[in-house]
Amino acid sequence: MGILDSKVPSGPLAEKWTKHKNDINLVNPANKRNIDVIIVGTGLAGASAAATMAELGYNVKTFCYQDSPRRAHSIAAQGGINAAKNYQGDGDSPYRLFYDTIKGGDYRSREANVYRLAEESVNIIDQCVAQGVPFAREYGGLLDNRSFGGVLVSRTFYAKGQTGQQLLLGAYAAMNRQINRGKIKSYTRHEMLDVVLVDGKARGIIARDLVSGEIERHSAHAVVIASGGYGNVFYLSTNAMGSNVTAAWRVHKRGAFFANPCFTQIHPTCIPVSGDHQSKLTLMSESLRNDGRIWVPAKAEDAQAIREGKLKPTKIAEEDRDYFLERRYPAFGNLVPRDVASRAAKERCDAGFGVNKTGEAVYLDFAAAIQRYGSEKALTSGIKNPDSETITKLGEEVIAAKYGNLFQMYEKIVDQNPYKTPMMIYPAVHYTMGGVWVDYNLQTTIPGLYCAGEANFSDHGANRLGASALMQGLADGYFVLPYTIGDYLSDDIRTGPISTDHEAFEQAETEIREHLQRLLNAKGKHPVDYYHKKLGKIMWNKCGMSRNAKELKEAIEEIAALRKDFYENVKIPGGLNEMNPELEKAGRVADFLELGELFAKDALQRNESCGGHFREEYQTPEGEALRDDKNFKYVSAWEYKGEPKDAVLHKEELVFENVELKTRSYK
Amino acid sequence: MKLLLKIWRQKDGSSKGKLVDYPIDGIEGDMSFLEMLDVLNQELIEKGDEPVVFDHDCREGICGSCSLMINGEPHGPDRLITTCQLHMRRFNDGDTIVIEPFRATAFPIIRDLMVDRTAFDRIQQAGGYISVNTSGNTVDANAIPIEKAKADESFEAASCIGCGACVAACKNASAMLFTSAKVSQFALLPQGKVEATDRVQNMVRQMDLEGFGNCTNTGACEVECPKGISLENIARMNREYLMATAKG
Repeated sequence: MGILDSKVPSGPLAEKWTKHKNDINLVNPANKRNIDVIIVGTGLAGASAAATMAELGYNVKTFCYQDSPRRAHSIAAQGGINAAKNYQGDGDSPYRLFYDTIKGGDYRSREANVYRLAEESVNIIDQCVAQGVPFAREYGGLLDNRSFGGVLVSRTFYAKGQTGQQLLLGAYAAMNRQINRGKIKSYTRHEMLDVVLVDGKARGIIARDLVSGEIERHSAHAVVIASGGYGNVFYLSTNAMGSNVTAAWRVHKRGAFFANPCFTQIHPTCIPVSGDHQSKLTLMSESLRNDGRIWVPAKAEDAQAIREGKLKPTKIAEEDRDYFLERRYPAFGNLVPRDVASRAAKERCDAGFGVNKTGEAVYLDFAAAIQRYGSEKALTSGIKNPDSETITKLGEEVIAAKYGNLFQMYEKIVDQNPYKTPMMIYPAVHYTMGGVWVDYNLQTTIPGLYCAGEANFSDHGANRLGASALMQGLADGYFVLPYTIGDYLSDDIRTGPISTDHEAFEQAETEIREHLQRLLNAKGKHPVDYYHKKLGKIMWNKCGMSRNAKELKEAIEEIAALRKDFYENVKIPGGLNEMNPELEKAGRVADFLELGELFAKDALQRNESCGGHFREEYQTPEGEALRDDKNFKYVSAWEYKGEPKDAVLHKEELVFENVELKTRSYK
Repeated sequence: MKLLLKIWRQKDGSSKGKLVDYPIDGIEGDMSFLEMLDVLNQELIEKGDEPVVFDHDCREGICGSCSLMINGEPHGPDRLITTCQLHMRRFNDGDTIVIEPFRATAFPIIRDLMVDRTAFDRIQQAGGYISVNTSGNTVDANAIPIEKAKADESFEAASCIGCGACVAACKNASAMLFTSAKVSQFALLPQGKVEATDRVQNMVRQMDLEGFGNCTNTGACEVECPKGISLENIARMNREYLMATAKG
């Protein structure tokens, strides 16, 4: 189908990946030494890809804007990582993980990619344990599991609420081993600003040394983008302050198609916004929904009294509480997928039942779990007839062992003790399913340019299930890319080093210098953050949890106008050839201002509701998402043509040979 | 809240730095410490001045980017949190707050409050890993049962975020707590035993080469560590090191 060839191998679903690995070309170890690979981003996908490729023998250069690869934002992932190990004997299998992921993504992802992900998931756990990742264990010494949303088995491996940290430190350690061997050269405090194409192939990048301000050229035989998601287009999100779309957007501007930009995950359990000064939002892991019950007052007058500070949640009787997820979705209860939970919370708050001063919060309550665990603990500890104080104390200890760091984080931010009073939570932007379009080999529409992890679009469709982002990042980096990239690089064994004197490098560098100088020359009135916050407001209000055609059209106009104003009136102190954090931010916001418009355009063309994309015009009488498989069973892949408004839509039809398309139901 | 900030400003590693006074108003208790600095920086930019440079990223206490000596304490007056988790409700109207970078020979200043902590990366590169290939052909994860208490202890050591507060807190600018946490994580696991001898020797050698000071057991590092990394790790590393040296 034209330019968008997904290159999915033929054959039965479960055999595609093995067959493909047997069919593709390899590079012999001696030749790998003559091949250079650039990897941009050192989160789970980038760090794992770098380690494995260096181990295979390629010369790897990694780039990250942080001062150390270990600080990439994968570090902040809390809850866990899925793997179809079936250690719990509860009926799990790669097929079931595949099915859950396809269904969770509301049938908008590619079957073959998702099956491969489920298949490789088991290897990840083996690999990480061999590396010394200290996962949570049971008393018998074997690995422990917990449940996550949208599934009926326990397949999530975890390390307290710091799973991302432990997995990233594992991948970082594997990188360090290769740095020590001289096989990886790690460039830190460097930001990629452009990809360089020589004869149509990705052959290098232009990067800026963020300490000296120097613009540098780096060449390679292939380039991998693993720079994460673009949630910060909303300004407020759970992403790190520096998380950005620049690497992904710049390759888009050089010809890589950008897929499903409007597929964004709004995570249901984040700490609510407290004021205008807020710089970021903090997630409270989905794992908390294993034990926490979500509710709002059943009576509007109680909700109002709480908002006015006249009533405490602990004083509301059980029968006056509305556990709205348990009420609406009895089968999955508090563990419905994220998109469903977020919309349900918004619905209650919009109807006037929200708590917190702002009315934009619901409760996540652990009181029942504390009592349940406390009684169990008293029993197993041989305490006879424990009083309620003892039970509460024991129960709080169990909760602390499971979620201690999350409770501490909450208390520090909100100044309330979540062991004693229910947490307040509200949905926030957390993850972006959309991203750079890639084929089955993770190659973009530019030859030699690959994209892995959250930065690509491939595996999560319109909604990602919990504990699947870590799985995808590591599967892409450890087990997929190192094989598939070899097929491409097998043509490069005689190419020799790529010179950075080529005119393509010259031209790309000149363009980047002009772009940065243009930003500096504006010398206007407003700091970069002023524009970023304005963009974020437009995105949240008009492209957020629910969208409609009228507001999306307004968003497109408003963002285009804001972008124009930005280039005329942004104010950046300092110069180009020195450390300049405001210039860094300006470059990133300039790209968000383009992406935001494409995002709205994508949401506008998708006249259906699916997963995280909820169009108000397309819903069932009960307010559930109404998909349109006849007309929208495709990936929208956008080709850059100058302004975002001129972007051209290409469609990759999704083929479902192994699952039957159904209306998602968690009731 | 009205505050007087005294902030260390330094153009680069070779320039001289000094404390500069910045009065600031309109600070709310719900703001984080770094959001307070954001407010200051917006004001500075609007006036056409250069904003104060400081490291920060996740703003939820896990990436280890943020640092700062706040009134002489790494990550400020509260225990078990990083600077980004410190909130302004901890301060009072009219307070003076002195903000300086983490200071150590091995952490040269890059600009203002930003320091170079890549010495930590080099210590890890010297041996902070298990030498297994990442190709996926390894034994089943449950083929290696590990006692829960040991696994938990290993996790506690592994939860170090590499922020450098231990070094900044130490009068000798020693990196023993940091290094020992990584050594301990592996020493406590069966997977880590194979290379234990080389690991501890190589990591300690690199630590010394970077110019960190010696440990004199004052315990300031443990007190200031935002992740509560225990001094027991230092004792464990010393044992590991002695055993490794004895083996030769």
